[in-house]
Amino acid sequence: MTIGLEHYLTLAAILFTIGVFGIFLNRKNMIIILMSIELMLLAVNINFVAFSSFLGDLAGQVFTMFILTVAAAEAAIGLAILVTFFRMKGSIAVEDISDMKG
Amino acid sequence: MIIEALAFYALAGILTLSALLVITVRNPVHSVLFLILGFFNAAGLFVLLGAEFIAMILVIVYVGAVAVLFLFVVMMLDVSFADLRKGAMQYVPIGLVIGAILLSELILVYSVWGFAPETLDNRAAPVEKFEGLTNTEALGNVLYTDYIFPFQLAGLILFVAMIGAIVLTHRSRPGVRKQSVADQQARKASDVLEIRKVQTGSGA
Repeated sequence: MTIGLEHYLTLAAILFTIGVFGIFLNRKNMIIILMSIELMLLAVNINFVAFSSFLGDLAGQVFTMFILTVAAAEAAIGLAILVTFFRMKGSIAVEDISDMKG
Repeated sequence: MIIEALAFYALAGILTLSALLVITVRNPVHSVLFLILGFFNAAGLFVLLGAEFIAMILVIVYVGAVAVLFLFVVMMLDVSFADLRKGAMQYVPIGLVIGAILLSELILVYSVWGFAPETLDNRAAPVEKFEGLTNTEALGNVLYTDYIFPFQLAGLILFVAMIGAIVLTHRSRPGVRKQSVADQQARKASDVLEIRKVQTGSGA
């Protein structure tokens, strides 16, 4: 019953897949898409920490902190854009955000 | 050992369940709350892996800042979320197919994973160098020496994100009287003050 690296990697794979599936399931809702991206980043972080722990290399945990930084910045900017867009259009549906295409 | 396995399966099970609920529940506020639950369980997994500092950072940064930011935005926007779910089922089959392919590929790769023997010599910051230190101390020893420039860069990214978020969401409303320090400082006595000579005895 020892918990090995594979257990954590499988968990991260399941979590990442849920994140990808969440984007398909909530294709219109911008907020849930951003949350799905957070889930995928969390899966990547679990991978990094699991490898770091089982290999005995602290660099993985250092990198996890950088991913956390970028994820926080991405969430802040994404939500700021969302709020600005909602003020302009009164909607957060993804298909309404196509004004600038081609 | 059995305790560790039990803790892993409990944390992983709740994490997977709350991740599924994040993407399936109808109310986005509940989504955010399940996201918070998932982050707490991930933090528990990190503690189980011996990465206490990352676990605490996850709770503080994600639950304390990012998830609350999501909660604020969800509550602030006056959107009919029911309309956004219309026609969502249309893309579920292709999503399931892509998800199944992705998951099976990842599990196929991971199930036969093993470290090459040479990998142990190629570690950037082996834990043996930090024998007797706590996880936080060891991480600080690595972060502030070998990774000082990426660390500074991370600060710069956060700074740019902060300015970007402020610039994007700030709006100046017309008709509001505000103090303008620059105008006040630029005002000179010679612009507004005039001294006139008045004849003695002829003043009003």
